[in-house]
Amino acid sequence: MPSVWIACLTLAQLPSTSTRLDARTNILLGSVLVLLGVAYFVGRALRRQPESTANPAVVRTFNLRVRAWWMMFAILIAGLLMGYVATVVLFGLISFWALREFITMTPTRRGDHRTLFWTFVVFTPLQYVLVGLREYGLYTVMIPVYASLFIPARIAIAGDPKRFLERVAKIQAGLLICVYCLSHAPAILSLELTTGSPEARWIIGQDAQRQPIYGSNASVLFFFVLIVQLNDVFQYLWSQLLGKRIIAPQINASRTWEGLIGGTLSTMLLGMLLSWATPFGMFWAGLISGAVALAGFAGSMTMSGIKRDRGVKDYGTLVSGHAGVLDRIDSLCFAAPVFFHLTRFFFSKL
Amino acid sequence: MLPAPDGSPGHLAWSMNLTAPFLAAIAKLLSGATVRWHECQPDTCQRVYFANHTSHLDALVLWASLPGEIRNLTRPVAAKDYWSKTRLRRYMAQCFHAILIDREEIKVHQSPVDVMIREIGKTYSLIVFPEGRRNPGEEMEEFKSGLYYLSKKRPDLELVPVYIDNLNRVLPRGEFLPVPLLSCITIGPPIWLEPNESKAEFLKRAREAVRRLKDV
Repeated sequence: MPSVWIACLTLAQLPSTSTRLDARTNILLGSVLVLLGVAYFVGRALRRQPESTANPAVVRTFNLRVRAWWMMFAILIAGLLMGYVATVVLFGLISFWALREFITMTPTRRGDHRTLFWTFVVFTPLQYVLVGLREYGLYTVMIPVYASLFIPARIAIAGDPKRFLERVAKIQAGLLICVYCLSHAPAILSLELTTGSPEARWIIGQDAQRQPIYGSNASVLFFFVLIVQLNDVFQYLWSQLLGKRIIAPQINASRTWEGLIGGTLSTMLLGMLLSWATPFGMFWAGLISGAVALAGFAGSMTMSGIKRDRGVKDYGTLVSGHAGVLDRIDSLCFAAPVFFHLTRFFFSKL
Repeated sequence: MLPAPDGSPGHLAWSMNLTAPFLAAIAKLLSGATVRWHECQPDTCQRVYFANHTSHLDALVLWASLPGEIRNLTRPVAAKDYWSKTRLRRYMAQCFHAILIDREEIKVHQSPVDVMIREIGKTYSLIVFPEGRRNPGEEMEEFKSGLYYLSKKRPDLELVPVYIDNLNRVLPRGEFLPVPLLSCITIGPPIWLEPNESKAEFLKRAREAVRRLKDV
C-alpha cells in the first residue's frame, strides 16, 4: 500500500505548468486509479470464490464493468494528455461505435441506405469537427435542426413510404443520443471556467511569479465522468440493499424507486465531497451532481426501453456476446448535455 | 510468399502480398465483423467454406475474417464477368487469390467444378456461394448443384457451413457506398457427402446447415 500512496503523491506533484493536468486533477486521477486497482483485485478474488458465496453472473458483470472503466480511464487520460483535439477525436470514435451498435440493432429498410451513409460519414464527423472548432452556435443546432430535417427529406427522396415516420425517428434518435449528446462531454474542455460571476476566472493559486494559476477543465470533465459512473453503481447498490418498488418492470426489472432516491442522494454527497475538483463550490456541486444523477438514470431507462422493444438484453449481444459500448455509455450520453449547459450557463464566461 | 494465381506477372506478386493484409484490415473495419467459430476450429486442412450470399462484400469479408495463415491458403470463387471488368477489380481479385469462373461459357471439360478442383490442388481451400447469385430477400434460395459435384469428386474436402449476418445492410444490392454497421459471421461444424445420398437430399441438408447457424 505505501507504494501506491507514493505514486499518488508523485502524480499530485507533477508540475502543472508543463501539462494541462494540474495538482487537483492529478489527485483526482490518482484516487480513481487506486479505486480501480482495488476493484480489479476484488474482482479477481471474487472469481476464485465458490459459487455459494459469490453469484458468478454478478461477479462476471462486475468484472466486465471494471474492465470498461479501465478502458474509459485510459481513453480519458490519453485524451487529456494529448490535448483538446485528441479528446474530441477519441469521443468522436466512441460516438461512431455507439451509433454503429444502435443502427445495427434497429431494423432499417433498403431505402434508408443513403441516409445512413450521410449519418455516418457526414453528420457524425461534422458534429465533432464543430466541437473541435469550438463553434458553440453551430454544434448546438447542427443535428437537432439540420440533420433532423435532412434525414426525413433524404428518406422521402429514396421513395419508400413504408413505416416512414418510424424509420425517420430511429435514425434521428440514434444520431441525437449517440453523437449529439455525447459530444457535449469533450466540449466541457472548451469552456472558460469562472467561479460563478462572469468576471471571476476560476483561480486555484499563484505560481512563483505571483501569476494566477487557473483551474483545469480536465478535472471538471473527469469529475463529470466519475460522478455518472459512480451514480450507476450507487443506484445498483441501493436497489440491491433496499429495493422493493420496481419503477417499470417491463422496461428494467432492476431499477427501483429506492435505488433512484438513494443513488441520487449518494451522488449528490459524493459531488459535494469532490467539489474541490470543480469551480462550483460545495452547494452547487451537490445540486449539479443531483441533476446529473437524474439525467443518467433517465438515460439508462430510455436505453432499456429501446432494448426491450428490440428484444435484446445488451447492445453487444448482437455482436460478440458481451455488453457493448452503448450499454456502458447510455447514462453518460444523457447526462453530458445537462452537465455541459449547467456548467456553461452558471460557471463560464459566455 | 505465394505464387500469384492465374499466371500473372511475378513483379505484381510482392505488391499483392502487401495489399492483401491491408485489404483484409479495411474489410474487417468496415464490416465490423464478429467471427464466431461454432463447433468448429480454424484449421489449415483443405476445406470448402459455403455461405449465404447477400452482398458483394461477402467473399471479401469472409476471406478477411479467417486467421492470416488460413486466409493465405483460401481462395474465394467469384464471377469472371464482374471481377475482370475493370483493372482495379482484376487487381483485387488477384490479391485475394480469387478463382474466377466464367458464368456464360461453360465447356464440357472446363466445368466450374473441374476448374476449382484443378486450382486448389492439394493445398488450397475454397469459399463458395451455392445460391449462385446475391439473394435479395430474407430467405435463402435453393442451392445450386456445384457443391454436390465438388464433394463427389473430392470426398476428402471438409464442407464448412458459414452464415453471414447483416452484411446486406452494410452494402445492399445496387449500392456502391458501404455503411459501416456491424456484421456477424458464424462458422459451423463441417459436413460431408454421405454414401448413397442423393443430390437433392444433400443440397437440402447443406442449406439447412447454413440456415441453422442463424440461431446459434
